[in-house]
Amino acid sequence: MAHLTDKPFPPGRYPLVVVGSGPGAMQLTYCLGRLGLDHAVLSADDAPGGMFRRWPIFQRMLSWTKPFANHEKATRAYERFDWNSLLSDDEQLRAIMPTVMDGTSYFPSRPEMEKGLATFAQRAGLRIRQSVRWESTRADGKDFVLTTSDGEYIAPAVVFAVGVAQPWRPNVLALEGVQQYGELRPAETYADRRIFIVGKQNSGFEIATGLLPWARQIVLASPSPTRLSVDTRSLVGVRARYVQPYEDWALAGGVVILDASIESVEKTGATYRVHTKSPTDSSTLVFEVDDVIAATGFVAPLRDLPQLGVSVFGQSRLPAQTPYWESATLPGVYFAGTLMQASLGLKRHGIPSNSGAVQGYRYNARVLARHLAESRFGVTLERPAVNAGDVVSLLLDEVTRGPEVWHQRSYLARVVKVGGDGMVDAGIEPLAHFVDDDSGPDAAAITLESNGRDDPYPAVYVRSKGSVKEYLLPPHPLLDFTGDQYRKELSDRLQPLLGSALTRSAS
Amino acid sequence: MDVRAEVVDILAGFSLFADLTTPELENLVDTFDEQMFSEGERVVRQGLSSASFYVILDGAATIRVDGKDRATLRPGDFFGEISCLLGEAPVADIVAQKQLRCLVLPGESLERFLVGHPRVLFRLLQGEARKVRTTTRWLT
Repeated sequence: MAHLTDKPFPPGRYPLVVVGSGPGAMQLTYCLGRLGLDHAVLSADDAPGGMFRRWPIFQRMLSWTKPFANHEKATRAYERFDWNSLLSDDEQLRAIMPTVMDGTSYFPSRPEMEKGLATFAQRAGLRIRQSVRWESTRADGKDFVLTTSDGEYIAPAVVFAVGVAQPWRPNVLALEGVQQYGELRPAETYADRRIFIVGKQNSGFEIATGLLPWARQIVLASPSPTRLSVDTRSLVGVRARYVQPYEDWALAGGVVILDASIESVEKTGATYRVHTKSPTDSSTLVFEVDDVIAATGFVAPLRDLPQLGVSVFGQSRLPAQTPYWESATLPGVYFAGTLMQASLGLKRHGIPSNSGAVQGYRYNARVLARHLAESRFGVTLERPAVNAGDVVSLLLDEVTRGPEVWHQRSYLARVVKVGGDGMVDAGIEPLAHFVDDDSGPDAAAITLESNGRDDPYPAVYVRSKGSVKEYLLPPHPLLDFTGDQYRKELSDRLQPLLGSALTRSAS
Repeated sequence: MDVRAEVVDILAGFSLFADLTTPELENLVDTFDEQMFSEGERVVRQGLSSASFYVILDGAATIRVDGKDRATLRPGDFFGEISCLLGEAPVADIVAQKQLRCLVLPGESLERFLVGHPRVLFRLLQGEARKVRTTTRWLT
């Protein structure tokens, strides 16, 4: 029996196949299971946890979990402060991360993250066929056929949750000995060496931070200036955890941060010679260094999906997606986990969603599971009625305490719709779907919006007769949008909608 | 595949960026985001705030005002700049005619970019002049 438990989902036909066993796949299979939807889960890894079984390379997470907050850990509101736990409606499965952290940092260590995920998988009884490698894909009528190391899986719909963790480097760095993220030696082996890091995103600064105590000199170079998350007031830019090399440079401590393109890299015996050119005045510099590290990004390991018709874009070769994370060009193929970042949403003020991280995609997974239930399994999910008189309170409470709209600003929204007998609570929807759904019923959506300058503020979208209007409410320094000023303004904005619902309800 | 090199090659052929050097184009590719839109998808939404500046790399898009198609945009064309410059909501939908690949710069970043690249600013002004000329002809 133990063997059967270890290897569920033998090759064959399933209504849905999920590929992956990182937190994205784990969250999705959990949500699908709660909805009673039959599906198989396959993963090449030998245990759940995905990239967090190896990375971040310097062994500490970039996303925090606050052990103490103004909300009980089993509540939805606490999820704002715990970016790393997977979601559940079962109290035993909620907020696992703070229970496995040792208190030395509010950024969990990598082993703590791995333990938290393993604990969730074990307590939830997640069934995953591990150590089975997805090798190729083909279409067969309305089905997809996945060839794996264990045999063929046939399904009309497949969700790929395979991450964006395959390091990529440009041709100019395709040189023997140039290291990539994931290939670094132990930090102490960089002692007293000159290190040239190509790339000024978080991965480059993570490496620089890790090597600061060891390197003789560190150079970070890429054409564009460094941006810091504390300046952009979003997760765009280098996170504060990795800013120390930036301060070292700003104080002329020895680190060099350079806006320059890499013209060429030569290996000269045991060292490298790196030629750079400034994008502003074309001036050139030459660096003699002992190590060159490519922190030039990651690509999605989509295997043959592009040949099958999945359109990809950008340096990371991300799959273009609908607001419900279905391939924009190959219906029936969906994405979960960090690949969901390629469903861009409205990207208001240029700020991306948090779908590239656990705190964002865990909510997407729940929305996707519900969407699959209705669109693929023919399930009609309950949408509870809500009194028209309670709508304003519901929406303002949601934007004040709701974790979905806090973590996925201007990306996910809480929606109420005019139904046959009044208002119904439609739950969480992708905002991009809401604003483009011209044929949908009269409805309202609320989310939290950031603009990179001010405190976050509520954004309300009201759809009436197929036309959507936008209303931006003022920010509040404590993010408390439940006061009279907000109640009055939202009531005014929703009056056409609520008046109609009240009329229906009374008739 | 080096997508950045491919995009740099594409941009080098656009009149908007004709005066930029290769390192400047590489910097531009890092500064802008690349986005893909599928057929029928709205890129810009009439009446909704928060505009961005778009340059079409590949594909085509329709300018749609109050539900009526007005014109077609093609590779090398740009849009969204009026909303960015005026800080007002767009007065038209821009809808992908077929798969549309764009470079995108948030509206908040456009001023800094243009001031830092005066030759692009001049070329953009030329583009605006052409649009005014076309509109004037259309009105008369």
